[in-house]
Amino acid sequence: MNELLRLLTLNARESVENLAKMLDRTPEDVRAEIADLEARGVIRGYQAVINDDAISEDRVMAIIEVKVTPEREGGFNHLAHRISRFPEVVAAHLVSGQADLLLFVEGRTLKDVASFVSEKLAPLPGVTATATSFLLKTYKSRGVMMENPDEYERIQVSP
Amino acid sequence: MSASRSVRDRVARHVRDVPRSGIRDFFDIVSTMRDVVSLGVGEPDFDTPWHIREAAIFGLERGATHYTSNLGLLKLRQAISRYVERVFGVAYNPENEILITVGVSEAMDLAVRALINPGDEALYHEPCYVSYRPLIEFAHGIPAAVETPAANGFRLTRELLEARVSDKTRLLIVNYPNNPTGAALTESEAREIAAFACDHDLLALSDEIYAELTYDRPHVSLAAQPGMRERTVFLHGFSKAWAMTGFRLGYACAPPELIEAMMKIHQYTMLCAPVLAQEAAIEALKQADRDVAEMREEYNRRRRFVTASFREMGLPCVTPAGAFYAFPFIGDLGLSSKDFALRLLEEEKVAAVHGTAFGTCGEGYLRCSYATAMDDLKIAMERMAGFVERRRRAAR
Ligand SMILES: Cc1ncc(COP(=O)(O)O)c(C=O)c1O
Repeated sequence: MNELLRLLTLNARESVENLAKMLDRTPEDVRAEIADLEARGVIRGYQAVINDDAISEDRVMAIIEVKVTPEREGGFNHLAHRISRFPEVVAAHLVSGQADLLLFVEGRTLKDVASFVSEKLAPLPGVTATATSFLLKTYKSRGVMMENPDEYERIQVSP
Repeated sequence: MSASRSVRDRVARHVRDVPRSGIRDFFDIVSTMRDVVSLGVGEPDFDTPWHIREAAIFGLERGATHYTSNLGLLKLRQAISRYVERVFGVAYNPENEILITVGVSEAMDLAVRALINPGDEALYHEPCYVSYRPLIEFAHGIPAAVETPAANGFRLTRELLEARVSDKTRLLIVNYPNNPTGAALTESEAREIAAFACDHDLLALSDEIYAELTYDRPHVSLAAQPGMRERTVFLHGFSKAWAMTGFRLGYACAPPELIEAMMKIHQYTMLCAPVLAQEAAIEALKQADRDVAEMREEYNRRRRFVTASFREMGLPCVTPAGAFYAFPFIGDLGLSSKDFALRLLEEEKVAAVHGTAFGTCGEGYLRCSYATAMDDLKIAMERMAGFVERRRRAAR
């Protein structure tokens, strides 16, 4: 991955001035590259990494494996796009293995998610089977630990 | 005369006369304070890569809890032999040319004690790692410091060495990439130093513990220069590049006669290096390049960040080429290095070691370690910029 993208992946809120120092480039140069990455759709957005377990809001997340029959024209893409447009679907991937599509689906309650599956997802023509797993606890997300592990302290001054 | 005084007088002279390390004094002050951001640390902030720690755990489970041969596990010596030949371009026989030690620290001590007679002179360059001078003195040798000026990027030259060598000189200690300056040698500079050692028939100790951490050009080994293999003790270890300081593991590579001499001392004083650390090191060498590359990339990013920050503060700083230290000049702000470090600590809670801890010619400089998480580095640079700005106004 390009060095600037890697830094933004680690911390999208890093200031352009600091990025420039880390990359040994000028701030104008870095600002221009970010604008270009955004314009070309390489960077599609910026989001916070939130520890859901630390907020009391009602929110459940499920991983849903979906088996589908590929269409003669368009393979999996047509149906995958159609499924992705549901606002409940947070992420959708085509995967290898038993299932064809892997979805991350969000709702306020278990019931919300269950009815999304039974009423919207399963009846879609082409969907042949679904398997739902609800997430119970998140330990790490997008490379970030959700709890601070016990750190072993380094001494503050050493030769 | 008080009782404690007379006890002190009974400490052997050559030990009593060696001053305490300036680093220890500074540490004592820092450790009484809270919320300090430290640039004072001479070890990686990364934990040892997990697969290496896992190998140590597995070693414990299998009962690796015994002494090893004095030289160290043969399997490790073989792995080191292959690694050193591949990366440094010098071949050593694992049977009798490699000795596993408790860090480069022990290897350095063994080499100095094994190679100098009382009264022999040992050349070394300053600013440098804190141990060289005391080790020479403990061995009843005469330390002869060669000052490396910032104007030449803190790099050693033949000219500087020629000015200091005498007919009593027997040993030359070299450390590049360098702690505390971050300087590294080019091929032609290494060759020039090698020619000097050969012409004066000196033995050389080359402390190459930071060899993997170079950023602008690959490391060149002194041991690989013409005429050097037969007169060099090559020192290396796992502390820095593999973030294994607490494992305490290093090694020396040298011709059999020199290893045999060091071995005599090692055998009676240390017996062997810890077996679990040796097991971990075998694992470390299995995918050495990958582990090191990841950490090096992060250090390099921080190196660019701190050098750019010093530039912004208007502090002249030789761009470090290796290790994880920057050595900016702070000598025109009206404070000695020591006072600068103390005031920076008191007023801004940033700890960085005064240059004079690494030799008198470190006056005017501050060692800033960037083996510190980027978030802490950002805070440290901001606070330091404020401090420098205030000093400038006060000095006007
Ligand atoms: C130049 C140099 N040599 C040797 C050492 C000691 O290393 P070890 O942990 O292998 O004893 C250090 C540690 O800071 C160092 O900077």
